[in-house]
Amino acid sequence: MDRRKEKQKIKRRDFLTSLCFLSPSLLGVGLFFILPFGVVVYYSMIDGVTSKNFVFLDNFKRLFQNSAFKMAAGNTLKFSAMAVPLAVVLAIVLALMLECRIPGKSQFRTFFLSPMMVPVASVVLIWQVLFNYNGTVNEFIMLFGAQRVDWLQSEHSMVVVLLLFLWKNLGYNMILFMAGLANIPKELLEVADVEGASELYKFFAIKLRYLSPTVLFVTILSLINSFKVFREVYLLTGDYPYESLYMLQHFMNNTFRSLDYQKLSAAAVVMAIVMVVLIALLFKVEDWFGKDVEG
Amino acid sequence: MKKKRLFGRGAMFVLCLVFAVLFLLPTVLTITNSFMSEAEIKSNYGMIFSTTTGGYVSKTVNLKFIPDKVTLSQYITGLIKSPDYLLKLWNSILLVVPIVIFQVAVASVAAYSFTRWRGRIRSGIFFFYVILMLMPYQVTLVSNYLVSEWLGLLNKPWAIILPGIFAPFSVFLLTKFMRRIPYSLIEAAKVDGAGEWEIFTKICLPQCRSALYSIAILVFIDYWNMVEQPLILLQDMDKQPLSVFLSSVNAGEIGLAFAMATVYMIPSLLLFLHGEEYLVEGIANSGSVKG
Repeated sequence: MDRRKEKQKIKRRDFLTSLCFLSPSLLGVGLFFILPFGVVVYYSMIDGVTSKNFVFLDNFKRLFQNSAFKMAAGNTLKFSAMAVPLAVVLAIVLALMLECRIPGKSQFRTFFLSPMMVPVASVVLIWQVLFNYNGTVNEFIMLFGAQRVDWLQSEHSMVVVLLLFLWKNLGYNMILFMAGLANIPKELLEVADVEGASELYKFFAIKLRYLSPTVLFVTILSLINSFKVFREVYLLTGDYPYESLYMLQHFMNNTFRSLDYQKLSAAAVVMAIVMVVLIALLFKVEDWFGKDVEG
Repeated sequence: MKKKRLFGRGAMFVLCLVFAVLFLLPTVLTITNSFMSEAEIKSNYGMIFSTTTGGYVSKTVNLKFIPDKVTLSQYITGLIKSPDYLLKLWNSILLVVPIVIFQVAVASVAAYSFTRWRGRIRSGIFFFYVILMLMPYQVTLVSNYLVSEWLGLLNKPWAIILPGIFAPFSVFLLTKFMRRIPYSLIEAAKVDGAGEWEIFTKICLPQCRSALYSIAILVFIDYWNMVEQPLILLQDMDKQPLSVFLSSVNAGEIGLAFAMATVYMIPSLLLFLHGEEYLVEGIANSGSVKG
């Protein structure tokens, strides 16, 4: 009986100590993220900060009828749908390329990773020189007799931003895949070699299976980063970009300017729900795909 | 068979080379262009950044690697003569340095707690941190704005620094590093009568020194590059960091902007050259949300 009490006491003490260590972070997170998010949820369901009448889903209905929001959400989703698969696939390609025995491997890794360290603001000038209507890229394609394109002021603008996005993010993803590739049991690949498996077979049957948790993570990461692409767009084109580059963050910024808390809160709640659903979905897919690989 | 292999490797090498050029080009061009005089910049890019002042403007864009005449005049203007850019650079430093230091400090204590004790409540909290880490700015910025408004921090650097300090990213990453410390080390210290704080500072922290460095680099580049937070939380232009201000250069100052863009990438590039191995290690360890 006494021992049990003693044990419980230790357990309680441990819990309190752990809480002590956790408390600075927990308090900060509580104050700056959780508590205000609760208020955001509350704001999203009332009709005004002063009148405070519960209207439940009215703000959301209003939001989904808002044409600016629809355009922003559509553009963001469209961009993510293009950027995420490319960011994953190209990063795998880069990682596989560096897996081959080629000279200067570590230098190449440095080169591929370097854009990550360069602030976007520092390279947008070059991007503007390259993709301006009178820019270098247009000069180049005109050499081949093609029509020049107004890259930043047309439907093509997304391509420009996509390139900047990939340039910046591929290195990070590549490192993740390189780490994933290094974790594949060597014996397995050797057996496959002895059995005379082709490179293609080895990739799809072995490597990709083992990479699936990494694929999941890189997908989530790229998804989040693709939601942040406002940064690139803003630095390239300012507050008022071409229509197809009007992103969710532009919508948020403009709503901040008018301080429409209800609209802002509703949009934040919608985004949070979408993110949670997408991430849960990706976890499910990965579970199903990687289920016969332990580790 | 062997010949084919060799050919394959050659092709792979060339492909790598092509990619390397593409990846390096924007950075290298920015740096080389920063050594051009304003007149040369204008004659090269006058078509793009249209200026009303006269002078020779070439009809086509003239993207050049090597300046006709290497000059430091842009740097002298930016760093000595005109205080505008220097002030924004200072703003950047004032925002980023406290965030890096205190985020890592707060995170290391929290990560210790997550490593040392596990239980249903704590793993629940940890999972919550992961979710929070994955939330885009569109979600967290509204929350940050509300708190800043309540505390009267809007338009003050604190509005960015405080949420930055408590961002859950380094807690997550550091926990993953700390969980690799052999448990026997901690157990042995405990038997020797060391208190928790002692175990934390004398055993845990020295063990993950490289992890702390790699996390500090990751946090630094994240905030050095920030745009969204200052745009919303700081209204005054003269409080903005250089990462925002660089995009609002006047057409007549393109050469100066190139120079300042180069200055702005120097700290992160230096960190990169010095700590690439740590950085790679840090990234590799961020590689899974589970466990």
